[in-house]
Amino acid sequence: MQDFAQEFTRALGLILSGDPGLWEIVLLSLRVSVLAVLISALIGMPVGAVLAVYRFPGRRVLIVLLNALMGLPPVVVGLAVYLALSRSGPLGGMQLLYTPTAMIVAQVLLVLPIIAALTRQVVEALDEEYAEQLRSLGVSRLASVPTLLWDGRLALLTAVLAGFGRAIAEMGAVIIVGGNINHVTRVMTTTIALETSKGNLAPALALGVILVGIAVAVTGAVSALSLRGDVEALRHA
Amino acid sequence: MLKPGAGWLRAVAVAAAVMLAGAARAETPFITVQSTTSTQNSGLLDAILPQFTARTGIEVRVVAVGTGHAIRNAMNGDGDVLLVHDKAAEERFVADGWGVRRFDVMHNDFVLVGPVEDPAGVAGGQDAVAAFRAIAAARAPFVSRGDDSGTHKAELRLWKLTGLDPVAASGEWYRETGAGMGATLNIAAGMGAYALTDRGTWIAFGNKAGLDILVEGDPRLFNQYGVILVNPARHPHVKAREGQAFIDWLTGPEGQAAIAAFRVGGEQLFFPDAR
Repeated sequence: MQDFAQEFTRALGLILSGDPGLWEIVLLSLRVSVLAVLISALIGMPVGAVLAVYRFPGRRVLIVLLNALMGLPPVVVGLAVYLALSRSGPLGGMQLLYTPTAMIVAQVLLVLPIIAALTRQVVEALDEEYAEQLRSLGVSRLASVPTLLWDGRLALLTAVLAGFGRAIAEMGAVIIVGGNINHVTRVMTTTIALETSKGNLAPALALGVILVGIAVAVTGAVSALSLRGDVEALRHA
Repeated sequence: MLKPGAGWLRAVAVAAAVMLAGAARAETPFITVQSTTSTQNSGLLDAILPQFTARTGIEVRVVAVGTGHAIRNAMNGDGDVLLVHDKAAEERFVADGWGVRRFDVMHNDFVLVGPVEDPAGVAGGQDAVAAFRAIAAARAPFVSRGDDSGTHKAELRLWKLTGLDPVAASGEWYRETGAGMGATLNIAAGMGAYALTDRGTWIAFGNKAGLDILVEGDPRLFNQYGVILVNPARHPHVKAREGQAFIDWLTGPEGQAAIAAFRVGGEQLFFPDAR
């Protein structure tokens, strides 16, 4: 393990000294996963909320399906997106294969069901609690959606962070649709896999610990910022 | 119910800043090369591609997968150039109209690596086929790529010469990983198993733990790499001019010298042989 301690110090040094190659990889990972999560939240939250407050035929089936899709294997999503974006695929003309955009598309497919399904749960619980009150105030179901989403924002933040965790940690999809191209589509997970396959186990693990640390720090910072914002808002309320 | 707090705005601002930091990348001309894990895992491409880019201004984007996978991707039109090591499959690729023409680029050789304890007693031999027979007879663990790669095809050709069918023992002493060369070597190291590998990946490999080269020097272990331009007649979007420039450079004096100059620990990994 002496080997690892040494490699860890070396990798930490690279990060702290602002090594451009390593930071490029970190920033690309964050850019791809943050964008994928933002897009998923913009679509997934309204979808989840509508599923929560409206009653229509097939709703139960949709909810079961959505819950099941939370467990989509990344490699399957990667293959499906590859087949769609390949030059021989239906969307090949868009020239998106082996670009960060393709990686974002794949991650949206992985994250969207998580955010939508968790939002549905959160909003349904709130709706049961407040429905009577909202209806007595003359608020329609559709109009109550933004209110319920806002009220559940802390729980929804957890949903978003769960989505971010899924996106930043997965490799099966991005390595197929991104191709792990140096300086173009190489992200944290694919770098670690590449170093591992070179037999550089200690550097790979050191890199992994640091990169995971960065991902955890981002998640922690977002939670802390929003919690503090809420405490302040409460104080001024 | 609460009003939107400042913390939320800040969180969104941080997210936006992160994204802007990575945006805006000048579009330089580039080609996509479908290649094999050995050229990437050995470090060869990282060493020579910057020289080509400096000379021509063309960036080379490498997708490194097994040879079989690379050929599939190229048939789908997801690459401009194919740089792989399975001559029979490459010639079929050209004959079927997917590629324009095949050029030899370089060679090295395959080696049989295995645990230094050598339960099958093959160490020091030069006959790869006899060594494979001994491994099968001893039912000693053997790790196969199992992924239709150039190395996997070479391994299967050797098994065919033994007249044995190792796949019948798959899951017992014969283990198919379905993974890249490096990943397979990691598994061989972990299990104390035999494996066939290209010498380039082996020399550059960092986790040799208990493994060593046991059989080498058999002419049947020759490993030839070839380069092919994907046929623009099949895929009109192929960047034929830039792709051909890369092939010309790789098989020309400058590229060949760059390949010969690439060393790991003082050892030459690839031997240029373009004609």
